[in-house]
Amino acid sequence: MPVDPVNEVASPERRQWLSILAKAQPAEVSAAWDALSERPAYSPLRAPETGLVLVRGRMGGAGDAFNVGEMTVTRAAVRLESGETGIGYVAGRDRRHAELAAAVDAMMQAPALRPAVEGAVVAKLARAQAERRDTAARKAAATKVDFFTMVRTRGPQ
Amino acid sequence: MSVATLDLSRIAPAFADPVRESQAVFREVMECVARPGRITRFDRAPQAPTGLGKAAGAVALTLFDFETLVWLDPALADSEAEAWLRFHCGCPLTVKAEDAAFAIVTDMAKAPNLASFNQGDAKYPDRSTTVILQVASLEGGPTVTLSGPGIQTTTDIAPQGLPRDFWTQLETNQAQFQFGVDVLLVSGDQLLALPRTTTAQIKGG
Repeated sequence: MPVDPVNEVASPERRQWLSILAKAQPAEVSAAWDALSERPAYSPLRAPETGLVLVRGRMGGAGDAFNVGEMTVTRAAVRLESGETGIGYVAGRDRRHAELAAAVDAMMQAPALRPAVEGAVVAKLARAQAERRDTAARKAAATKVDFFTMVRTRGPQ
Repeated sequence: MSVATLDLSRIAPAFADPVRESQAVFREVMECVARPGRITRFDRAPQAPTGLGKAAGAVALTLFDFETLVWLDPALADSEAEAWLRFHCGCPLTVKAEDAAFAIVTDMAKAPNLASFNQGDAKYPDRSTTVILQVASLEGGPTVTLSGPGIQTTTDIAPQGLPRDFWTQLETNQAQFQFGVDVLLVSGDQLLALPRTTTAQIKGG
């Protein structure tokens, strides 16, 4: 059977949950997964593997692209018994994290399984990340120093 | 060559334990290249998609990567096999036979001449194409006697489904050593190597 060329890029929604899963802490993902009441069986399509990804950046909005550096990334792909295929690309070397991210991605694509993970995993991880970001921002804000120049009035001559 | 996004839902799994399994396959392929004519079986290799045998699939999963340009038989263009190779091996594909590091030929009737693949250059003869030829069977065909390095005296093989012209091409290939391609004959889960050093003589030919 010929493979239809699929030119679609992941939907913004999927990008968002993949991003949340990628940046989550492995322990959080693992805990959220273990807390699920129903965990579907899945088989590996690509066993978790660790490699390097070159991160490119751009200075400002219009600057030239440059190589920020390489980061460690672990990726995996799994297929649920119902046929949905999920992929996981996560920061770090945690193989289980990548596998669970892929499993959650697959579940998010299955209309029947989505309600089970959407709130209990994806939203939970997003909240934890937002909290961490907020804490860091507030800690940084506490050290903020406002510089201003005293207006010196000319003394009496 | 399409650069379409892969449809993951149709891709079959590959090695369950990529490190160990690919090392085992590598060892077997190396052994076969060292002893031309020796037939090995990859019965534990994962099921390859339509168009590819287990042996061809196992060799591809082991040897292909993002740095090896692969020439794929036009019969496999846009097939599940192509998507499978792209996903699991991450190998770039080429339509230019002379650029390829590896080639998979599944349709012997329309196969390009061995001379049209990369023959290596004087500085790097090892950069020639390794041609994986998928044939009907490695047994039961006309007997061919092999001799050369890795074979103590001579050894007989009898692959099926190779045109007579192939052996003439192989002779030309062997005659231009150090240049030339290395051939891996595969059928189902079996593999046999015909490196460029091996002389092949058809019995009664």
